[in-house]
Amino acid sequence: MAEEKKKKVIIHNKTPMPAQDPVARSRNFQEVALGYTEEDARLEAGRCLQCKNEPCRQGCPVEVNIPAFIKLIQEGDLDGAIARIKENNPLPAVCGRVCPQESQCEKYCTLGAKHDPVGIGRLERFVADRELGLGVTLPGKAASTGKKVAVVGSGPSGLTCASDLAKLGHAVTVFEALHVAGGVLMYGIPEFRLPKRVVQAEVENVKKLGVEIQVNSVIGRIDTVDELLERYDAVYLGTGAGLPYFMDIPGENACGVYSANEFLTRTNLMKAYLFPECDTPIRVGSRVAVLGGGNVAMDAARTALRLGASESWIVYRRSEAELPARHEEYEHAREEGVKFSFLTAPTRILEDDKGWVTGMECLRCELGEPDASGRRSPVTVCGSEFVLPVDVVVVAIGQGPNPLVPRTTKGLALTKRGNIVADESGATSKPGVYAGGDVVTGAATVILAAGAGKAAARSIHRHLTGATA
Amino acid sequence: MYKVLKKTELAPSILDLYVIEAPKVAAKARAGQFIILRIDGQGERIPLTIADFDREKGTVTLVAQRAGKTTTQMGKLRAGDSIADFVGPLGEPTHIENYGRVVTVGGGVGVAPTHPIARALKEAGNEVISIIGARTRDLLFWEEEMRKVCTRLLVTTDDGSYVRKGFVTDVLKEVMDEKKPDLVVAIGPQPMMRAVCNLTREYGVKTIVSLNSIMVDGTGMCGCCRVTVGGKTRFVCVDGPDFDGHEVDFAELARRSALYREQEKDSLDRYTQRCQCHGGEH
Ligand SMILES: Cc1cc2nc3c(=O)[nH]c(=O)nc-3n(C[C@H](O)[C@H](O)[C@H](O)COP(=O)(O)OP(=O)(O)OC[C@H]3O[C@@H](n4cnc5c(N)ncnc54)[C@H](O)[C@@H]3O)c2cc1C
Ligand SMILES: Cc1cc2nc3c(=O)[nH]c(=O)nc-3n(C[C@H](O)[C@H](O)[C@H](O)COP(=O)(O)OP(=O)(O)OC[C@H]3O[C@@H](n4cnc5c(N)ncnc54)[C@H](O)[C@@H]3O)c2cc1C
Ligand code: SF4
Ligand code: SF4
Ligand code: FES
Repeated sequence: MAEEKKKKVIIHNKTPMPAQDPVARSRNFQEVALGYTEEDARLEAGRCLQCKNEPCRQGCPVEVNIPAFIKLIQEGDLDGAIARIKENNPLPAVCGRVCPQESQCEKYCTLGAKHDPVGIGRLERFVADRELGLGVTLPGKAASTGKKVAVVGSGPSGLTCASDLAKLGHAVTVFEALHVAGGVLMYGIPEFRLPKRVVQAEVENVKKLGVEIQVNSVIGRIDTVDELLERYDAVYLGTGAGLPYFMDIPGENACGVYSANEFLTRTNLMKAYLFPECDTPIRVGSRVAVLGGGNVAMDAARTALRLGASESWIVYRRSEAELPARHEEYEHAREEGVKFSFLTAPTRILEDDKGWVTGMECLRCELGEPDASGRRSPVTVCGSEFVLPVDVVVVAIGQGPNPLVPRTTKGLALTKRGNIVADESGATSKPGVYAGGDVVTGAATVILAAGAGKAAARSIHRHLTGATA
Repeated sequence: MYKVLKKTELAPSILDLYVIEAPKVAAKARAGQFIILRIDGQGERIPLTIADFDREKGTVTLVAQRAGKTTTQMGKLRAGDSIADFVGPLGEPTHIENYGRVVTVGGGVGVAPTHPIARALKEAGNEVISIIGARTRDLLFWEEEMRKVCTRLLVTTDDGSYVRKGFVTDVLKEVMDEKKPDLVVAIGPQPMMRAVCNLTREYGVKTIVSLNSIMVDGTGMCGCCRVTVGGKTRFVCVDGPDFDGHEVDFAELARRSALYREQEKDSLDRYTQRCQCHGGEH
C-alpha cells in the first residue's frame, strides 16, 4: 500500500471551447470563441499534472507561472489565479485569446506528447475575463519618483511599459498617433477575435494607474524624440511595425488592391462594416484574394467573408505545413469557408479599362531547399500560369517599421531593414531612449511586444533611480 | 475635443473657413502640411491642408469645399462647437529656399494652401507671383490675403465674371512667356494640376504639386494614399503631399480618387435626406 501512488486519471482531450456556429459567424463580427464557463475551466484545469519541471512555463515568452495559476483554479481561487498570471503578463485577456499557444506554452505541455495539451490560453482568458467583468483591483503604486517618461505608441508594448513604470512611481505620458489607444489590437486584429471592449478595458486599467494617454499625437511631427528628451527623463519607443509591404508586381495600385492594414483598419478602427451609419466606406467585391499566410492574412480573409464577399481566397507561396498563422485561426478560417490556394505565387494583377481589378495572374510553385529561416522556399514552375478571377486583392505579406520616428531622430542606430537596434533591456544607441516590440523585432507577437515593454520598464527604472525593480 | 473658434462661409453652401483651437498643431505647423480630422465617433478621418496658423493664438485655419458627407456635415458647425479628433501637422513641409522667381498657382479651394507657401517663399527672398482662379466670381476668396503674401497677384475666373476670363493655365502661360520662372507651385483640383504640369513641362520649369489622394491614417500605416511618382510607389501622407508634378501619374491618382464614388454619393444622399426630415437640423 505504501508504494501505491495515487494514479491520476488523464482526460485525453482539451475541454472544447464553446464557439459560434461557423455558418452564422462567418457573416457577423461578434466574437467567435465564446470562452469557458466556470465548469469548463475547472474541468480543463483538472487535466494539468502540475509538473515539477514546469516545461510549459519555459515555452511562455514571459514565463507566466502556469502550474501555479492552474493549481489555484483547481482549488477554486480564481482571484488568486489571475493575480498570479499578472505577475508576469499584463494583458492576459488579450494573450489568452491571441497568443500562438501551440508554438509557445502549450507546445511544451507534458500532456501534449500523447494527448491534447492543457488549454492554457483558454484558462488564462477565463480568469482574465472574469476579473474584467468584476472590476479590476488596482495593483499598489510606489511613491512618486519625480521622474517623467514619454512612451511613444500605445500598442501592447507601449501600454505594458507605461503601466509598469507607473507602478514604479514614475509619471508617464503615452503619445499615440491614432485617435484611440491600443495599436494593432484596435486597428488590426478583428473584433470577432479580440473584442475592442476587452482592449479598451485594458487601456482603462493603464489609465487608472495615472498614465496619461495623448491620442492624435504623431511623434516625429508634433514633437521629435529629441524634443521629448528635453521634457522627459527617458523615452520608450513602441511604435510597432505598421508599414505595409507590397509585392512590387504590376497592377498593385489598381482600384481594389488593399494592404491588409488598410482593409483591416477601415473595418476595425473605422467600423466600415457599419457603413453608412459610420462614414468610412470599404469595397469588398464578390471574390477576394488575400496574399500571405500569417495571422494578418487569415484575419483579412475572414473579414472579407463577413463584409459580404461570396468567395475569399488565401493565396500562399508555400504549403499548408509552412503556414505561419495560429493553428486555431487556420481551422476557424477553413470552417467558415475561406478557400486556400497553396503553392501559388501572384505575378500580376489584371485590371479593366477603368483601373478596377479583374483578376490575378499566378504561377504554381514547388518547394525547394530550406532557406535561411529553415523553411523550404517556393520555386515557381515555368508555364504554370493561371488566372484567379477576383475583384479585390488584399496584400498581407508583412510589415516593416514605420520610418517616421527613425527619420526624425538623431543618432538612433537602425538595422538594414529599418528596425531600431535595442539590446535585451531595450536600450538603444541613443542615451535615454529605449525601444521594444515590433519596431525592434519586426512583426512578431503581442506577448513578445508586452515582454519587451516590461524589460524596458525595468531598465528605465534602473537608469532613472539606480534601483532594480 | 477641439473647439471651432470661428466659422464663415467663403462661398455660401460651398466653401467654408474654420479656425480651430489646436495650440500644439499651430506651434509646429509649416507651409505645405495638413491635418486629419474626425468630426465625431462615427466620422471618417479626412485630410485638410493647413491654410494658415497662428502660433500665439494657438489656432489653425482650414478652408474646405463641401464635397461629400463629411465636409457638408462640417458646414453645419458653428463657432463654439467642437470636433472629436484633430491630428497634425502631417506630411513633409514644402521645401522653401530662395529659388529666384516663383509662381504659385491656386485653383478653387486650392487657393488656401498656396497662401502659407507663398508667404514662406516671399520671406525666403523670392519674387512670388501668385495666380488665383475660380470657376466664377462667387467662388473666389482670399484675394486680399493673397495680395499681402506675394509680390504680384493675378486673378482670373473661368467664366469671366471677375477681372478676366480664362483658366489659371492661360495666365500662367502669359507669366512664363514674360520671363521664365525658376519654380511653379500648383495646388487645386487634379485636372488643373495636371494641366499646369503639361504646360510647365513644355517650358522646362520645375513644378511642385500638392496631391490630395484618399487617406485613412495619414501616418504611413495603411498605404491607401499611394501614388506612382517617377515610376515608384510613394505614400502621399508621409513622402508628400508635395511631389514633382512632372513625375506624377495623374491618371492613376484620378482612378484611385474615384474608388468610393458610389458609396460617397449614397452617404451624402442619406445625410441630406436625414437633415431635410429634421427641418435642416442634424
Ligand atoms: C492583423 C494582425 C493580426 C495579428 N494577430 C496576432 C495574433 O493572433 N497573435 C499575436 O500574438 N500577435 C498577432 N499580431 C501581431 C501583434 O499584434 C503585434 O506583434 C503587436 O501588436 C506589436 O505590438 P507593439 O506594441 O510593438 O506595436 P503596435 O501594436 O503596432 O502598436 C504601435 C502603436 O504605435 C503607434 N505609432 C506608430 N508610430 C507612431 C508615432 N510616430 N507617434 C505616435 N504613435 C505612433 C501606432 O499608431 C500604434 O498604435 C497580429 C498583427 C496584425 C497586424
Ligand atoms: C493632403 C490633402 C489635403 C487636402 N486639403 C484640402 C483642403 O484644404 N480643402 C478641401 O476642401 N479639401 C482638401 N482635401 C480633400 C478633402 O480631404 C476631401 O474633399 C474630403 O475628404 C472629402 O470628404 P467628404 O466626406 O466631404 O466627401 P466624400 O464624399 O467622402 O468624397 C468626395 C471627394 O473627396 C475625396 N475623398 C474622400 N475621402 C477622402 C479622404 N479620406 N481623403 C482624401 N480625399 C478624400 C474623394 O476622392 C472624392 O472625390 C485634401 C486632401 C488631401 C489628401
Ligand atoms: S502569455 Fe501566451 S504563451 Fe504565455 S502562458 Fe499565456 S497564452 Fe501561453
Ligand atoms: S506542462 Fe502541462 S500538465 Fe504540466 S504543469 Fe504545465 S500545463 Fe500542467
Ligand atoms: S493615409 Fe495611410 S499610409 Fe497614407
